[in-house]
Amino acid sequence: MYKYIISKRSLATLRETVAPKEYGGRFIVTLIPGDGVGKEVTDSVLSIFAAENVPVDFETVDISGNDAADKVNAAVESLQRNKIGLKGLLHTGAAGETDHGSFNVALRKRLDVYANVAHFKSLPGVQTRIPNVDLVVIRENTEGEFSGLEHESVQGVVESLKIVTRAKTERIARFAFDYAKRHGRKHVTAIHKANIMKLGDGLFRNTVAEIGAAEYKDIETSAMIVDNASMQAVAKPHQFDVMVTPSMYGTILGNIGAGLIGGPGLVAGANYGREYAVFEPGSRHVGLDIQGQNVANPTAMILSATLMLDHLGLTRHAERISNAVHEVIAEGQTTTRDIGGSASTTEFTKAVIGKLASAQ
Amino acid sequence: MLRALRTPTLRNSSMRLMSTTAHPQPSIGRFTGKPDPNTGKFTVSFIEGDGIGPEISQAVKSIFKAADVPVQWETCDVTPLFINGLTTIPDKAVQSINKNLVALKGPLATPIGKGHRSLNLTLRKTFGLFANVRPAKSVAGFKTTYSDVDLVLIRENTEGEYSGIEHVVTPGVVQSIKLITRDASERVIRYAFEYARAIGRPRVVVVHKSTIQRLSDGLFVNVARELAKEYPDIIMEEQLLDNKVLNVVQNPASYTDAVSVCPNLYGDILSDLNSGLSAGSLGLTPSANIGNKISIFEAVHGSAPDIAGKNMANPTALLLSSCMMLNHMGLNQHADKIQDAVLSTIASSPENRTGDLGGSATTSSFTDAVISKL
Repeated sequence: MYKYIISKRSLATLRETVAPKEYGGRFIVTLIPGDGVGKEVTDSVLSIFAAENVPVDFETVDISGNDAADKVNAAVESLQRNKIGLKGLLHTGAAGETDHGSFNVALRKRLDVYANVAHFKSLPGVQTRIPNVDLVVIRENTEGEFSGLEHESVQGVVESLKIVTRAKTERIARFAFDYAKRHGRKHVTAIHKANIMKLGDGLFRNTVAEIGAAEYKDIETSAMIVDNASMQAVAKPHQFDVMVTPSMYGTILGNIGAGLIGGPGLVAGANYGREYAVFEPGSRHVGLDIQGQNVANPTAMILSATLMLDHLGLTRHAERISNAVHEVIAEGQTTTRDIGGSASTTEFTKAVIGKLASAQ
Repeated sequence: MLRALRTPTLRNSSMRLMSTTAHPQPSIGRFTGKPDPNTGKFTVSFIEGDGIGPEISQAVKSIFKAADVPVQWETCDVTPLFINGLTTIPDKAVQSINKNLVALKGPLATPIGKGHRSLNLTLRKTFGLFANVRPAKSVAGFKTTYSDVDLVLIRENTEGEYSGIEHVVTPGVVQSIKLITRDASERVIRYAFEYARAIGRPRVVVVHKSTIQRLSDGLFVNVARELAKEYPDIIMEEQLLDNKVLNVVQNPASYTDAVSVCPNLYGDILSDLNSGLSAGSLGLTPSANIGNKISIFEAVHGSAPDIAGKNMANPTALLLSSCMMLNHMGLNQHADKIQDAVLSTIASSPENRTGDLGGSATTSSFTDAVISKL
């Protein structure tokens, strides 16, 4: 699978060091269905895996964002045991409703899965305004605006701290460049607002530039201010290749990317760390409004699961499932509501399983 | 009676800062200036700006003259001075704007690396400009990927992530502070409600990320909930930043009846995103910076030094900003007349559009075409 010589230290996460639990040829992986449409789309993955005889056993951890703060520990422990996880999004209540912050962020931080990768690629068969979009957003997951450090210093005055460290910026930069190298991409753009946040985002931008110039000379490095990047991304997305961003700007650019290719139901995502990898839909929408209606598009979750299979080395299964999904979407007969069809989640899943059965 | 004969497109134009007597004017940030008793004209401070600034300013002046607008210009220079380590605007400019209460501003080139705080930030701090109003509307005659874009965004202008409070905690660890206060949030959200009322949009969408920034954006949302009670005729919606971005990219038309209001950073990014949807660039975007007493209207595009002095620049953004200014001053009919002329000139033919819109006009020929349509 790795057909090139790169030193072990240079890759953010390597199969050998991750060593997921393999027992008798089968892998044990944590499954966190999550809130909203999570259960429905992960059920879709389970059906497909069963039909394909994928040698993966899931250890399900059923937590919800509405649970008490300590409930997240069960999920963290399971992931620490199994090293790999597939998860849906957990709902986060407003400050007055729950006593804890986002469980999604907590999970990512405690496992230090610091790099979030979302690949926004136009899918044949999905009608969009701008065709042939192909960009990658790599976003830092553990610091920046998502540090969660806030206090009310005086009544009516709230301070929220955004932390940027050199160490974490270096590692996300290296991850981004490694990713670009591994996937044959030519250009990495750092997204920042260093004209306003001179120290914080200045550190981010400069670190990416330095690492690019010193260690990855064959990849072009550039930087763009986030508001300009947003404007360019909606008007002319083809100028972007790989974008590396701190946590907050990744939200914005990721949602622009999702909007460009046809919606959050289509985007696969992965979170990588040195020891663990957690796969979840790239566009982080819980989908509370369509929960339980069997209309959700499971593509994002299925494709995230194929990224996981790739990571486990089960490349053939990953390719077959991914191809089946793409073919069903391209044919357009059994597609879900968000991309203009009328099929239900279960009907779409059946169509994919049908494709797998007929493919060889 | 005469109103019914006006072109329907402008009735609900998002460019109108103050509407006609059919709707109440926003109660905050009202223009209280009086015309010069000698000439009967309002004096307006004019910051011509750098790069293409002087050319497009000249276009505005010519068109205003041809349209007989009761405005006389007082040119100001805002090249910043570094006094006691603080970036400050020359006294003369400050006095002029304080006296006239309204200013029109062309693009300024921020000197890089000279230790200046951004000049725009300095202006906002000096004059207490708390709300930045950014309409983004598709222009007939200029085809972009997205059609029927008609968005209005109001951005908090004074605090949030742009407080400029940063320090190095230890080498390699930097912290930036985002400040949200009840007072500033109340001011801008109240302005958003009033503005929505004035231009006849029944929805106010409050954009936040309070799932992650629970206290700071939480405060912003709570203030919005409290103020919503005072405006029962307006529907207040809270929308997570993620959803707002997704929806506006997939379906910009869904926000035609809404005014969005955001804290500083999201507003900055979203307003540029809106410009990208409506025009693909900042070249056509007007804006208004509203303060309690003083308001400054500006074109948001840059100074474009590469085409400066070549008679190629497009004055549309500055012209539309000046129309927002005229509406603010109560000179609605003049505003409508000029805006009609500008938009119909652009819609008319490629010869009347400047290079950035894919046409062949020069700054001066475009100006003449607009004057002929007045």
